[in-house]
Amino acid sequence: MESKNHFDTIVIGAGPAGLTAGIYLSRARLKTLILNEGTVGGQMVLTHEIANYPGVESISGYQLANIMKKQAKNFGCNIIANIVIENIEIEGEVKSVTLSDGRSFTAESVILTPGGRSRTLGMPGEDIFKGKGISYCATCDGDFFTDKEIVVVGGGNSALEEAVSLTKYASKVTIVHQFDHFQAFEFAIEEARNHPKINFIMESTITSFYGSENLGSVDIKNLKTGLTTNFKTDGVFIFIGYIPNIEFISGLIEMNKWGEILVKPDMSTNIEGVYAAGDSIAKRYRQVTTAVADGTVAALAASNFVHEIKTKRKNLIPA
Amino acid sequence: MLYTNLKHIESAAEHAKILGENGNVMVICGRMGPMCIPVYGIAEDLEDEYKHVKFCDLEFDNPASSVIRSLPEVRGFMGIPFTIYYKNGKVVKATSSIQSRPQVTTILDQVFGVPVNA
Repeated sequence: MESKNHFDTIVIGAGPAGLTAGIYLSRARLKTLILNEGTVGGQMVLTHEIANYPGVESISGYQLANIMKKQAKNFGCNIIANIVIENIEIEGEVKSVTLSDGRSFTAESVILTPGGRSRTLGMPGEDIFKGKGISYCATCDGDFFTDKEIVVVGGGNSALEEAVSLTKYASKVTIVHQFDHFQAFEFAIEEARNHPKINFIMESTITSFYGSENLGSVDIKNLKTGLTTNFKTDGVFIFIGYIPNIEFISGLIEMNKWGEILVKPDMSTNIEGVYAAGDSIAKRYRQVTTAVADGTVAALAASNFVHEIKTKRKNLIPA
Repeated sequence: MLYTNLKHIESAAEHAKILGENGNVMVICGRMGPMCIPVYGIAEDLEDEYKHVKFCDLEFDNPASSVIRSLPEVRGFMGIPFTIYYKNGKVVKATSSIQSRPQVTTILDQVFGVPVNA
């Protein structure tokens, strides 16, 4: 099959797993396209310093991602970032991906490396007050809340550690958490519990955000009693974990109950010609190094698959 | 230090010079954090397409960022990056915090015009 928009392999996601797959596939002279919904580099670009990547003493995640991107491009890999995938078809011999802007691409094989993203509450007003009272990053925006009263949403390590860190700026921090217990490590819970500026509202969730120019209050619903009360606050920091970016393949591929893609040791999935790698697969450890390793294995397996398909097709053509 | 591939503005004088030399300018004033990096990435991506726009960044913790932090348009902003769109040296739009590619391109198309080859 020859067409400008037909590729040997389409890699979906440009984090360390996807970029590594792109490097290996392109270097093996396979026509490769990486499609990425967000910033090239994935979660890696958000890491201030990577000091345990073998062979590199210390580097920012952004710089490492840029080098990987350059490597992939230098080998001829096509990369299209900041797109939205409208439709994907992975059953059958030819796989296809359609973008929201109407562009469509086909391939012999697909490697899924969609990674994950920060979870949002998705409640009314969240989008309006983002950057005007609602934040997802204490290091970025903490100083805007000096001497102000704020809310932190979440109960994991990030939420509790960031709540403590925000006490450097805020006069009062109220942690709102949906359960009656925290999921964080004991030391993080203890530090938050013992902090004089931190209060807790348990078994509750924010259901709405209000304000004029900036955020002024939130509705907090007690999940046990069902009672909703309006709570005045200058800011809300949301730390409710990450979710795998798997919506576009939901129902198309075998996953576990946490929405993680199930793969075999060669990173193949239950669909022939479809591989997965990186943070979106079911595995215990999620590091840049493990993503790079997964991406390598997936690329080699996909490369082998494409080679076999092409050989098979060639043999079917009568001489 | 901002590790982006965008043009870095290092001083107020350089900021003024860029505004003086370019009709359409987008300046992203932020840090290397999770709210700012996606916006830098989008701008880097759009540089080839929006050739009629000068894309720059300015480190939020650089004293020169006062040229942006003191703008009336950013009053009330409580999330970085502060992204400012200048038309002939005048602020025509300002946004706070992370933005998606469609949000950025909508503004660029509105204030600077759709790219000729789009």
